[in-house]
Amino acid sequence: MSDADKPRPDEKPVDAGDTVTEERPQDAETTDDSRSRSLLREIASGNALAGVLAVVLAVLVGSVMIAATDETVRETAGYVTARPSDFFNAVWEAVSGAYNAMFRGAIFNNLVDDPARQWRPLTETLKYAGPLILGGLGVGIAFRAAMFNIGGRGQMIIGGGAAAWVGFRFEGLPTIIHLPLAIVVGMVFGALWGGIAGLLKARTGAHEVIVTIMLNYVGYYLVFWALTKDWLLATPGSVNPKSPPMQESAILPRVLGDQFNLHLGFVLALVAVGVVWWVINRSTLGYRIRAVGENPHAARASGINVGWIYTVVMLIAGALLGLAGVNQVLGTVTSGVSTDIDAGIGFDAITVALLGRSRPLGILAAGLLFGAFKAGGFTMQAQENISVDLVLVVQSLIVLFLAAPPLVRAIFRLPAQEAK
Amino acid sequence: MSTATDQPTPESGGLAPDTVVVPTKRSGSRKLPIILGVLAVGLAIVLLTAGRSGDTTFRLATDTDFAGLPDIVVPSAATAWLMIVVCLALTAEAVRRMLAHVAQPMWIPVGFAAAWMVGFLSWAAADGRILVVSLLGGAIALAVPLVFGALGGVLGERAGVVNIAIDGQLLLGAFAAAITASLTGSPWAGLVAAGLAGALVALVLGLFAITYFVDQVIVGVVLNVLVVGLTNFMFRQVLTPNAASLNSPDRFPRVPIPVLGEIPLVGPIFFRQTAVVYVLYVIVALVAWALYRTRWGLRVRAVGEHPKAADTVGIKVNRTRYRTILLAGAIAGLGGAYFSLVSVAGFNREMTGGAGYIALAAVIFGKWDPIRATLAALLFGFASNLQGVLSVLGSPVPSQFMLMLPYVITIFAVAGLVGRSRPPAADGVPYKQQ
Repeated sequence: MSDADKPRPDEKPVDAGDTVTEERPQDAETTDDSRSRSLLREIASGNALAGVLAVVLAVLVGSVMIAATDETVRETAGYVTARPSDFFNAVWEAVSGAYNAMFRGAIFNNLVDDPARQWRPLTETLKYAGPLILGGLGVGIAFRAAMFNIGGRGQMIIGGGAAAWVGFRFEGLPTIIHLPLAIVVGMVFGALWGGIAGLLKARTGAHEVIVTIMLNYVGYYLVFWALTKDWLLATPGSVNPKSPPMQESAILPRVLGDQFNLHLGFVLALVAVGVVWWVINRSTLGYRIRAVGENPHAARASGINVGWIYTVVMLIAGALLGLAGVNQVLGTVTSGVSTDIDAGIGFDAITVALLGRSRPLGILAAGLLFGAFKAGGFTMQAQENISVDLVLVVQSLIVLFLAAPPLVRAIFRLPAQEAK
Repeated sequence: MSTATDQPTPESGGLAPDTVVVPTKRSGSRKLPIILGVLAVGLAIVLLTAGRSGDTTFRLATDTDFAGLPDIVVPSAATAWLMIVVCLALTAEAVRRMLAHVAQPMWIPVGFAAAWMVGFLSWAAADGRILVVSLLGGAIALAVPLVFGALGGVLGERAGVVNIAIDGQLLLGAFAAAITASLTGSPWAGLVAAGLAGALVALVLGLFAITYFVDQVIVGVVLNVLVVGLTNFMFRQVLTPNAASLNSPDRFPRVPIPVLGEIPLVGPIFFRQTAVVYVLYVIVALVAWALYRTRWGLRVRAVGEHPKAADTVGIKVNRTRYRTILLAGAIAGLGGAYFSLVSVAGFNREMTGGAGYIALAAVIFGKWDPIRATLAALLFGFASNLQGVLSVLGSPVPSQFMLMLPYVITIFAVAGLVGRSRPPAADGVPYKQQ
C-alpha cells in the first residue's frame, strides 16, 4: 500500500457537507471508494464539477430574473417577433450591466483612475467576508458534530450587544485593554447563548434546531429590551432603539489606512480559520467532534462523552458567531448597536458553511464569494437599480443546487455517479 | 419486496430527539404540580410586593350588541387573591393525583391557566378596563396565520417530512394573494392563489427532501431564505413601481354570521370575523377528523411513524408524502393570505415577521396533534395580543418579555419540562426504496 492510498486520519472524518449533498457513506463500498478517490475523478464526476455547475445555474436563474424585471426588456418583448435583435440587445444590456456593476462593486472599479479607489471594492469584499467567514465557521463546526446551528442570529445579537456594552460604557481605557476586553466579552456571551442549545441537547435531548431557532427570537427581544434600559444599552434621552456609539478605544483599527474601510475583523476571521482548522483536524477535541458527528453511538461506545462534546461544540460555535457580531459592532457599524446588527449574516452563515462543506478552507472561499456578492450587490442596486435581494436568491439557489448533485446532473445531462 | 433504510440516524437531521444522549426520566407527572405551584406562588409574591388597590372592570359586551352583557366590576386585590386560592386548590388537586399516581386530566392546567390569567389581569388592570371581547377576539385574529401554519406543519411532519419552510409558504402565499387579488379584484381568487403558492414551496421541498434525499431541515431553511429573497426582489422591482395595479388588493370584509354572531360574548369573539377565519374553522375540523378517522389519515400517520411497515403493506410511501406535504403547503399558504388580504391590504417586505417559526413552535408545543397545535397557536396569539393590551394599560411587565413568551415556552417544551414532546418516529428521515 503506497502512502497516498493510506487512509489518513484527517481524511476520514464526517463531512456534514456530504450528509447534505449525497447518500452518506453507509456501506463498505462507499468508504473504500472514498479512500481511493482521485482528484481527476472528483473533478470529472464528483462534487467539484457539480459545485461549479450549481453556481453557473444559480447565476443563470439570477440573469433570467434581472431580464424579466427590466423595463426595456419588457418593452422590446412586445415586438420580439418583429425585431428580435432589440429584445436580445436589451436582455444583454440588463444582464451584463448588472454583473458589470457587481464586478465593479466587488473586485475592481475600472471607471476611476486613482489606483486606491480602483481597488477599494476588493477591500469592501474582504470587509463583508469577515463576519460571513466567522459565522460560517460557527455553523460549520457544529455541522462536523452533526448539529445544525440555526441560532446564528441570536448568538450574533447577544454577542454583539454584550461587546457594545463594553465598547461604549467603559471610558478612558487604553485600546490595548479595551478592545480585547470587548471582543472577549462578545465571544463569551455568544458562546453562552450557543451553549444553551448544546447543553439542552446533551441533558434532555431537545433538538438543537428548534432550540436555536427559538433562542434567535429570545435573544432579539432581550437585546430589544436592553435597548430600552439606560443602564444596559439605551442611549439616554433617545427613543431610538439604538445604543450610543462605540468609544474610539474599542473600535477595531483599519488595517490598510483610513482610505479603506477594511478593519482588523477580517484578520481575526483569517486567524479563526486557522484555529478552527487546527482544532478540527489536529486536536483531540476535533477528533472527538468528528467521531460524534460520524456516529454518536460508536463515539459513546469508545468512551467519548457525547453530551459534553455537544455542549463544547455549541460553545465554540456560539463564540465564533459572537465574534461575527463583535466584528459588526466594533468594526463595520461602530455608530451603535441595534437589533438589526446581524444584517442577515446569521442565516447567510448557513449557506456559507454548506457551500464550504463545513471545512475551514472551504468556508474561507465561500465567505469570500458571498462577501463579493454582498459588496457587488449594493453597487448593483445603487447603479443599476436592481434590488440587492437578488444576491439572496442566487446564494440560496447555489446551496439548493449544490445540495442535490443528482438534480444538477439531470439538468446538464451528465452521467450519473455510478461508481459512487 | 422492498426494504428501506429507515433507521433514524442522528446525522440525518431529523427532529427526533437523539436517543443516544437522552437520559429518559419518566417524571412527567411530577412536573405539572411543581410548575403550577411555582406560578401560583409567583403571582402571590407579585401581589404582596406590588399590591394595587382599586377596581378592575371586565367589559364583556361590545357597542354593537343588541342584548349586551353588563360590565363586571370587581375589586382588584380581592379578586386576584381569590384567583390565587383557586389556583392553589387546583395545584393541591394535581399534587393529590400525583401522589395517587393518577393521570392528570386536561382541565387542571386549563382551569389553572384561566384562573391565573383572570387574577393577573385584575391586578395588572387595577383602575382600568379589560375589553374581554377585543382581548380574545384579537387573539384569534393574531393567531389565524399561526394556526394555518401549524396545521401545515403538523400534516407534513405526521407524514415524516419536517417542514421548516412554513415561513416561506406563508410569505409566498401572502405575495401571491396580494398580486392575484389586485389583478382579479377578488380576494377569494387571492386566497386560492395563496394556497397554490404554499403548495409550490412544498413541491420544491418535496423535490429535494423526498426525491433527492437532501436534509429536510436544511432545505427548509434555505427555502425560507430563497422566498425572502425572491419576494423582496419582486417587491422592489415589480410591485413598488406598479403598486396601483399589482399591490392594491381589496381586503376581506368582516362578515358577522347572522345568528351565531349575536350570542353574547361568544358571538363577537368567534363569529364576527373575516371569511378567512371561518375557512380556518372548517379546515381545523377537517384536518383533525381526517387525520384520525379516515383511511387517508391512517396512511399518512403510518408513513410518518414507520415507512418500512407502510411500504410492506403496499402504501406508496413517497407518493403519500408528496401528496400530504402539497396539502400541508397549501394550508400554510392560505395563512399567508391573512397578512396581505386581512390584516393590511397589500404585500410588504418580509411581512410574516417570522410567524412561520412561531407556527413551528406551535407544532411542537402542540405535540404534533392538529387540535393541540391549534390551541398552542391560539395561546401564542393570545400572548402577543395580551402584550398589546397590557402596554396600553401601562402594565409593569416589559412588552419584550411578553413577546418572548412563545419561544421560551417552546424551549421548555422541547426540553421536556412541560410534558414530553415526541415527534413522529420517522420525522425528517428520507425513505429510500432498495
